[in-house]
Parts: sequence; structure tokens; C-alpha cells
Amino acid sequence: MINVLLWLPLAFGLVGLFLPRRATGWWATVGTIATLGIAIGMVAGFDTGNSGLQYTTDTTWISGLGVDYSLGIDGLNLFLVLLTAVVWIGGTAFAAFRQQERPQLFFFLMLVAETATLGSFLSQDLLLFVLFFDLMLVPFYFLFGIWGKDRRPEGGPSAPAATMKMIVYTLIGSLLMLVAAIATAIISAKGHPITFSIQALQEQGLPLGSQRWIFWFFAAAFLVKMPAFLVHGWMPDAYRAAPLPVLAVFSGVLAKVGAYGFLRVVLPLFPEATVEFQEIVLVIAVASILYGSVMAFTQTNVRLIAGYSSIAQLGFITAGIFALRADGSDGAILQMVNHGLVVAPIFVVVALLVERTGSEDIREMGGLAFRAPILAALFLIITLATLAMPGSANFIGEFYILNGLFQAKIVFAIVAISGVAMSAYYALRLYQRTMHNRKPDGLESREIGFRDAVVLAPLVLCILGLALYPQLILHRTSPTVEQTVARVTGGAAPNATLAAEGKGHEEMVSER
Amino acid sequence: MNFDAPHIDYAGISPLIALTVGLVVVLMTSVFKPLRRTAPALTMLTLAATAGLLIWRWGDEQSLIAGALRMDELAITISLIAIATAAFAVLFSIREPAVAEAGSGEYHALLLGSVLGMVMLTAADNLVTFFVALETLSIPLYILCAANLRREGSLESGLKYLIVGSLGSATLLYGMAFLYGGTGATDFEGIARGITQGGVLGDPLILVGIGMCAVGLAFKTSIAPFHQWTPDVYQGAPTPITSFMAVATKAAAFAVFLRFFDVALGDQGSEWQPALAVLAAISIVVGNLGAIGQDSLKRLLGYSGVAQAGYMLGGVVVASKSGVSALVFYLAAYLFMNLAAFAVVIARERETPWGDDIRALRGLGAERPWLAWPLTISMFALAGFPATAGFIGKLYLIEALVEGDYTWLAVFIAVGTMISLVYYLRVVAAMWMRPDSEAAAPGGEPAIAGAAPEADPIDPDAGRRLYLLAPAVLCAAATVFFGVIPQPLVDFASHAGAAIFG
Repeated sequence: MINVLLWLPLAFGLVGLFLPRRATGWWATVGTIATLGIAIGMVAGFDTGNSGLQYTTDTTWISGLGVDYSLGIDGLNLFLVLLTAVVWIGGTAFAAFRQQERPQLFFFLMLVAETATLGSFLSQDLLLFVLFFDLMLVPFYFLFGIWGKDRRPEGGPSAPAATMKMIVYTLIGSLLMLVAAIATAIISAKGHPITFSIQALQEQGLPLGSQRWIFWFFAAAFLVKMPAFLVHGWMPDAYRAAPLPVLAVFSGVLAKVGAYGFLRVVLPLFPEATVEFQEIVLVIAVASILYGSVMAFTQTNVRLIAGYSSIAQLGFITAGIFALRADGSDGAILQMVNHGLVVAPIFVVVALLVERTGSEDIREMGGLAFRAPILAALFLIITLATLAMPGSANFIGEFYILNGLFQAKIVFAIVAISGVAMSAYYALRLYQRTMHNRKPDGLESREIGFRDAVVLAPLVLCILGLALYPQLILHRTSPTVEQTVARVTGGAAPNATLAAEGKGHEEMVSER
Repeated sequence: MNFDAPHIDYAGISPLIALTVGLVVVLMTSVFKPLRRTAPALTMLTLAATAGLLIWRWGDEQSLIAGALRMDELAITISLIAIATAAFAVLFSIREPAVAEAGSGEYHALLLGSVLGMVMLTAADNLVTFFVALETLSIPLYILCAANLRREGSLESGLKYLIVGSLGSATLLYGMAFLYGGTGATDFEGIARGITQGGVLGDPLILVGIGMCAVGLAFKTSIAPFHQWTPDVYQGAPTPITSFMAVATKAAAFAVFLRFFDVALGDQGSEWQPALAVLAAISIVVGNLGAIGQDSLKRLLGYSGVAQAGYMLGGVVVASKSGVSALVFYLAAYLFMNLAAFAVVIARERETPWGDDIRALRGLGAERPWLAWPLTISMFALAGFPATAGFIGKLYLIEALVEGDYTWLAVFIAVGTMISLVYYLRVVAAMWMRPDSEAAAPGGEPAIAGAAPEADPIDPDAGRRLYLLAPAVLCAAATVFFGVIPQPLVDFASHAGAAIFG
């Protein structure tokens, strides 16, 4: 089943290449919906109390090099897979409603991107993870470069140039990560046949001296991908160039792969280095929160407001992970899902705003709520979720993160809290400037169309659903998270004690 | 002094015999007018026969002719790579103006002569065979580079290659003389024994000899700083010959590189490894930086070849079984990635007035997907993206390097790959994305003289002809296939590693 989940989008994409122009968008949307169906089936069949991998598949891929084709789902990636499936439907359907140049190629690339992203979430082999992580870039390179917006009239770069910048930035990290992954496997093999299986590597362990440099090679890849402060240089140009439906999935899901990488790879494989560099990463995370927030409320381009707010949100998530406490990481995973669900519809709304105003500048917008109450209401829900209104799942996520951070490093928590306040400011500013205020002359306030509502409403429903029942995620993630974090902090994994108790129980039974 | 004629194992050298016979027959076709058109077919037949004989000798490792040659699996794998390249070059040469000018029989006979040198070189186990084979390989190439008689660039290319190549050969020969003086032996194992007694650093004669041999080989494999001829010669030579040189010469020269350093000097590894590693690093940096900003695709591929040679040299540096296997794997992958690119370049060269300029590729993605996809795949593979053989090749090399404690060189490969994206993706962008400057839209006359329209008549359907389209699609498909299912190629390459390191 996990194989079907991974390869289904690609299969749909390949078939779509040979369909007539008009049909290909619908075909792609059907493909993403089918993928979601499988993902939901997997969530339904997930064994909640189990911290280990489920739905695993494992076969040798390249025997001489020790690379396995190994996939699996546990608490860390279960909901990120679901998020990917949900957000991809939104982006694909939204694009399918609109005319695209060369649609076959466009939707093929969208679906390749979904397979690559799912692959990086599902991989349980370090090299396979690196492979999918790099592969994700290829479809986005074309999607941004071919269908992107040329910013040269405004003095910005052309779409290919902006895309190139993004690729070079991200690959700096990824290629070093490839070397680091190979070094991890070879050093920890200590002369035995090498393996890239994450679980096996975790058991073999790595000397601290190697952990130090390998940690940074991986961290570089993940921080650039998010992006974090200092390595975010590619973000503004790429976000301004990207076509909006693509940007919705890119910002909604791909940024999370970086944060997820910390949980999946860095914490388990380099525990001592993680503890050693905890504060440096926290500094970067908190700096991202502050920088992202400040930039978000000074920008006037709607894409960049959303882009910089992502930096801030990813800063929160990183801080949650590097609190190195179970509640922090629980909150981080919840927040990854929340942020994906929030930022993807924001870009959909942005696309609608741009269609109505012909501009991306909030100074030229306003009063759109006047004749578009439904659009305004949907946008309001998204906005309130973004600023982590109590009652939203984002509030719970941030609460968990800050709670973990308070108990781990109180100084960082105090600074990070200011980010919560700032997020309220930039989210409300975006909403007010676009929806309220006086309507500029010649601006058309139009209600959301039925088709776009079909795209937007389910995403908003997901936000509301999660607000009512965040335990859906927390219950399923926490066993795995606790185990992951316990390994780093050196405490015995709760499951290990449970297992011991179980053993004692068995003994008792046998004595009887 | 008594001289015993060495025992000659005709079965063992049968591939060489087949090539020689084929060469003579192909040359004869130019004498008999009705047979002239059969030269390409006969060349293909000869190559097929040689490949068949080589596969027949597979697993039958032995020394031939008193230790002059060693037909082991390293020799066979790399010979097969060279022969496959030659076969593609024959296809690419169909309707190539240079062939008509040089005469079909002569052109193809020279090509076979070069292949003969390559097969001999991969098996060379003795300084004398090594040198003779290297010259057999090179001399036909000097002529072939200049085959396009009416183009100034081609003549210049041939002359330049002749001068630089002779310099390289002379350096190599001089080094060999030193080595013989220092060790008293010409066969590689004898040299190994001769050195072990004193060590490399202990004997200046040997040290100088090895140094000069390394320089001579670096000339042939276009490793920086001995690469300056590469872009010029690549650009000027007829493109089918460029494609042949880019892959086959490199493969054959790396075979002898491996044998010379890993067998003859295997025990002194710690003394030459750092030097070669530095050469590899320089090559990676110089090649990648040089390729940025090149508008001529052939020059770009030339510089990219310099960088790729740097990556491959890493496989020699570590002197281990996995190093040899990684290098052979990379060479096989390189064959597919590079030839897919060259097929498209040749097609566009014949279709447009732009020659090999990058502008010839504009709009290819929308208009001619069957040409655009192979070139796109090739560029992504050369840049080492996943799901291509290039990724697995890099993975293999980096694994060998980290295992051999050369992690810093692996980091160089990673950094070099990053730089290489700038120019590989520029080619991709030219095909698929809107051009950066509208001013130079297609339609005008080309600005460069290298592609003077009067020299090469334009054939607007060149890219639809099967002899160009099929190799392009086939090589691209193989690049992806071996990126997804690399096991067959990994097994193929690991035989070569086993041949040297048991």
C-alpha cells in the first residue's frame, strides 16, 4: 500500500502526458484525490500506541553500495504525508480551473513533485531520503522557471534567474548532505558491510568527532530548505517568481521537509552533537522568528508577507524541535501540519486577490470584503489560525512548543514569545489592508467563485477540524516523538520501560 | 644472447586482430569505387565483431605475449565502453561534411585505428606497449580533428592537438625512460618490484619518472592544469569526433592510469595519492569555473569534461577495489550522459545556422521535445541529480573516497557539482524557459565565425533522422534506467575492480 501511495501520483502524471490539453488538469486532480484516499486509509489503519514503523517495505536496491529501498510510516511522518496529499489537491485543482500554458507538462511536473515529496517523507533509508530530497527540486525548477513571473519590469530577476538562485542555494546544502550521509554510513560501519538504513545507523552510533561536522552538513541542507535566517537569500526572489498554485504546495509542504529532516535524521543519528549545538540552532531559530516577523510587517508584496511569515513559523518549529523535549517536538509536528494548512490557502487567497486587483501590493488593495463576504470569512478564519488564536490548532501547537522551550531554555522562550505577538500584527495587517479599508478606485470587489470555493473551503474545513480535535495528531505522534527525544537526552525510552513491564508481566504469567 | 620468441596466444589477442583486419578492409573500400558506401557498415561490423570477441574472453584473465598485454576484466569493460562510443560516433558521422571531405574509407579506418590503440591501451601491462598503444590511439585522432578541411577551426584544432599531444607523449616517454633507468624493468610488475627496494622518495630518478608519467597522462585525460587544449580542440573538431574523444579517449587513458598507478605503484600509494588528489581538486575547480559563461556547447562540454575527469581521478586516488569499480561505473554512465548531449548538439548544428552556440537550443522544449528531453536528462545527469546514472556514479565515487579517507576530495566533488549547476542548468533553461534577453532573438545571422554557414549546409530535418534521434533517446533512456535500476551496471563495474584488487 505504501508503494502505491508513493508512486500513484507519478503514474497519473505519466498518463496525463498523453491526454488532451483540457483533460489533463482534471486527470491530475483525480490523481491527487486518489492519493489522499490512500493516505486517509493509512491514517485510519494506523496503530496509535505503536512508536515503531508501520506499513514498512524494505528491499535491496543497490547491493554493492548498501542502499535499500526502504519505506515506512510512524508518528513523525504520518500527518506530514496526509498534509502533502491534502495540500497537493488544493494546488492542483486550483491550477486545473485555470488556463495553463503547456498543461500536460505542468501537471506532470506537479505530480512528479508530489511523488518526490512523499518519497522524502516516507524514506527510512538515509540515502533514499537524500535522493528524494534532491529530486524534489527538479520539478520545481521547471515549474518556477517556465511558468514563473518575470520580475524584470520591476527591476527584479527573471524567473529562470530567480529559480537558479533557489536551486544553487538549496543544492549547496543537499550535496554536502550527500557526502555527510555517505560518511555517516561508512564511519559507523567500522569495516562491516555498510548500510544506509536509518534504524541500523542509529543502533551503530557514531563517534562524537564525526558527529560534529556531519551534523552541520545536514543542518545546512535543512536550514536552507526551510529557509532559516541567514540562509534565506533565495526566498524573496523565488517566492515572487513562482506561479501561485505551485507556491501554495511549495510553501505548504516543502519547507516542512527541512524541519522533518531534523526529527528523522539529525536527532536520532547525531544525538551528542545535537545536544552540543542545541543553543546555536536555537539562536538561529529565534533569529528567524524575529527577522521573519519584522520583515513580514514591513513588506507590502502579499507574497513576501506570506513568505517571511513562513520563516518566522519555521523558526518556531525549529525551536520546538531543539527544545529537545517531547512536548516541544510534539508541538513542532502539530505546527508543521497547521502551518501547511494555513499557508497553502493563504497563497490561494493571494491568487484570488491578485486576480481581482491586478496587483500584488497591499497598498493598492482594500475593501475587498465589501461584496465578497464569503471570501472574507474564509480568509478571516485562515488569518486567525495564522496568528494562533486560542481555540485554533495553531494555538495548541505554539503552546506546546513554548511550553517545551520554557522548560528547556527559558531565555529563548521569552524572546520567542514576542514572535507570537508580532504574528498577530502582520496577519491582521494583511487581512485589514486587503479586505477592509477604503476601496481604491477602479477596483472590483467580486465574490469568490464556486470553483475556487471548492478549492478553498476544504482547506479551511481542515483548519477548523483540527482546531476542534488536535488530539487526532498528538495522540498518534507522541509515542514516536517521545522515543526520538528520549534517545537524545539519554533517558530511557518510555517504550523500553513499557516493554520491560510487559516482559515482567509475561514472566508473572508464566510463573502462574 | 639467446632470444626466445614469446608464445603468442591468438585467442587472447583476437579482438586486436579483428580490429586490424577490419581497419585494412575499411581502408580498401576507398580504393574500389563501388564499395565506398559500405565503409560505415563495415566499421560497425568490425566493432561488433571486436565487442563479441572481447565478451568471449570475459573471465579468462591472462597475460599475453610475454607480459606485454593483460586482457583482464578491467581491459574488457573499458574496451567495451570505447567500442560503444565508436559505434555511436559512426552513427553521428552519417552525412557529416567532414566524412565526405576526408573520404569515407579513410575517415572510418582512422577511427578504427584509434579504437585499436584504445583496446591495446586498456590492456597495456608494460611501458613499451603502453606507449605504442597511446600513440596508435592519438595519431589517427590528430588527423580526424582536422578532417573538416574547409573549416579553419577544424585545421586549427588538429594542429593544436598534434602539438600539445606530442608534448604530452614526449613528457610521458621521457618519464618512462627515467623509470626504466631507476628500476631496470619495463613491465609494471617488474617496476613494482624495482621500486619496493628503495621507495619512491628515496630515488630521484624514479620520482621524476613517475611525475612525468603522471603529467603525460594528465594531458591525455585533460586534467587541469594540463587541460588547456581541451576546449579549443573540442570546439574545432568535427562534432562526431569530439564526442568520440570526449568519452573513449578518456576511458582508455583512465584504464592505463589505473593500471599504472594501482599496479605498478600500488605499494607506494601514500606517496603519490596526495599529489593526484590535489590534481583532481584543481581539475574540478578549473573545469567548473571555466565552463561558466561558455556560449559554445562544445567548449562547455569540454570544460565540463575537465571537471568530470577530476571527479573520476578520485577513483584512481583511493587505489582500492571500490575506487576502480566506481571509476568504471562512472565512465559507463558518462558514455550515456555525454553522448545523449552530443547527439542533440550535432542535430542542432545541422539544423540551425547557429552551429554549436547555445542559442541553437532556444525554444527546443516546446517545439522538439524528443530532442529537448535527452539533452535535459543528460544535463541533469552530468550535474548529478537523482534518478539518473550520474547520481549513482557520484554516490559510488564519494563512497570510495570516504572509505579511502579522502573525505575532503568528496567535499570538493560536492562543491564542484554545485558550481556546475550554473552552466548545466543554463543549457536546460535555454531549451525550456523564456530567453533572458529578447534582443538576440533567433532568425539573425550567427555572430561567430566557427559556424560559418557556407561550410555546413543546413538540413532542417537532421534532428528527426533516426541515426541521431535513436542514439539520443537511447542514451537518455539508459541514463535514467541505470539511475533507477543501477544493479546491472554496478555488477559490470565491480568486475573491473576485482581484476586489479582481487
